Amino acid sequence: MRNVLLFLRRYRTFISFILLQVISLWFLFSYNRFHRVKFLGVASEMTGRINIQYNKVEDFFAMKEENRRLHRLNDSLMNLSSRNFYRHDTSVSVFRDSLPFDTLGHYRRYYLRSATVVYNTVNFQKNYFQIDRGANQGIKDNMAVLSSDGAAVGVVVSVSPNFSEVMSLLHIQSTVSVALKKTGELGTAEWDGNDPRYLLLKRIPKTAEAKPGDTVLTSSVSFNFPPGYMVGTVAEVKLDNATGMYLLRLKTAANFYNLQQVHVVENLDFQEQTLLSQDTKKKIEEPKKTGR
Amino acid sequence: MSDLLRNIVRFVFFILLQVYVLNKVPHLHKYITPYIYYLFILWLPFGISRQWLLLIGFLTGLTLDYFMMTPGLHAAASLLVAYVRPFLIQILTPRDSSDFNYREPSPQAMQWTPYAIYVLILTLLHHGYMVFLEWLSFGSFLDFLIKIVSTTGISLLLVVTMELLFPRKLKFRTNTA
Repeated sequence: MRNVLLFLRRYRTFISFILLQVISLWFLFSYNRFHRVKFLGVASEMTGRINIQYNKVEDFFAMKEENRRLHRLNDSLMNLSSRNFYRHDTSVSVFRDSLPFDTLGHYRRYYLRSATVVYNTVNFQKNYFQIDRGANQGIKDNMAVLSSDGAAVGVVVSVSPNFSEVMSLLHIQSTVSVALKKTGELGTAEWDGNDPRYLLLKRIPKTAEAKPGDTVLTSSVSFNFPPGYMVGTVAEVKLDNATGMYLLRLKTAANFYNLQQVHVVENLDFQEQTLLSQDTKKKIEEPKKTGR
Repeated sequence: MSDLLRNIVRFVFFILLQVYVLNKVPHLHKYITPYIYYLFILWLPFGISRQWLLLIGFLTGLTLDYFMMTPGLHAAASLLVAYVRPFLIQILTPRDSSDFNYREPSPQAMQWTPYAIYVLILTLLHHGYMVFLEWLSFGSFLDFLIKIVSTTGISLLLVVTMELLFPRKLKFRTNTA
């Protein structure tokens, strides 16, 4: 026993080094986008407060351009607001517990909240930005985030009472379901970690026609992103001979360098949709396991 | 200014510099991410105990991690720097000169060449370990090597700039004082 204590005393620096190292590696590898880490929520309350102070200064220098952009967006939104509504097939189902938008049976499907970006980076392979709205303001995980001119920029990954962290499209683990505007082919937009001005668009079959300059929009099969918002334009078309798919380079529609005002989009049917897809998986896959 | 106060001020300064200036620098190249915050650990006084050094290194990295949403990454790297630091100082400073006449590592206290080696080795360790951890989750091996070299280069440039911009006037401590 005494020898053990002596040993501990002798090597206490090394042991505490190893201990702290293990703790930090545990932080590092147990955290990913699917884990909700408690202390990050607490920490982002604190860093958020500092970030807000910094942002006050930064905003001052970029206010004019941002205002012009906001104004432009407001104009276009007034014309397009019906896009946020969705018509349910009333011949099949008549139950729904929210107020109708009009007498034709349109119900609100997407709800937009405005928010201000208080911290943002583009230099890393995993970029996040922080916005000044959190759980108290109704933000939840997996909500989509659009920039002030209506381009997709990210998905909320972690929420504290008054702030939330958004995984930017410039994150090597981010995938967004998108569609070509012209022909409607579905693909996924990812980022390769190289250049913050370009995304990669994968899984578009080569039977589709894609030319530089084509517009790419968020698809209608995504649970979090509302359909029809701009993601980018095709900058370069390459053919991947191994898979027979296109490998497109996308110029992002949003400018990630000067994100300031964003919209957080809530899909009011999100829970229903995800539950349904989970149930489906359960129903189809579990009988198989037990059956044999 | 007492040592404690001086180092607290430095801590805040380096974290803010890293988070609000260096992380915000427009994207230069995928291999280049400037880092300077670990200079705080390099500048801690000679007299600090190794246990404290480890704890401070860990907390410095963790604070930065909270700002950058990478829990553990910088903490692990700066912890390594804090662990290796005393060994390097022992090797690089003359043994017989009755302990240290200066308060903390600086070109003045250690001579330029040993100080440069001290900074170079710790910078390499810090970036090497950090980029290695990043590489485990993403990237190719060649990228990994190039990235270590280029980030080390740019960080050394920053360290030299810091030394020239803020020459620390350190008092020569004698036994009589």
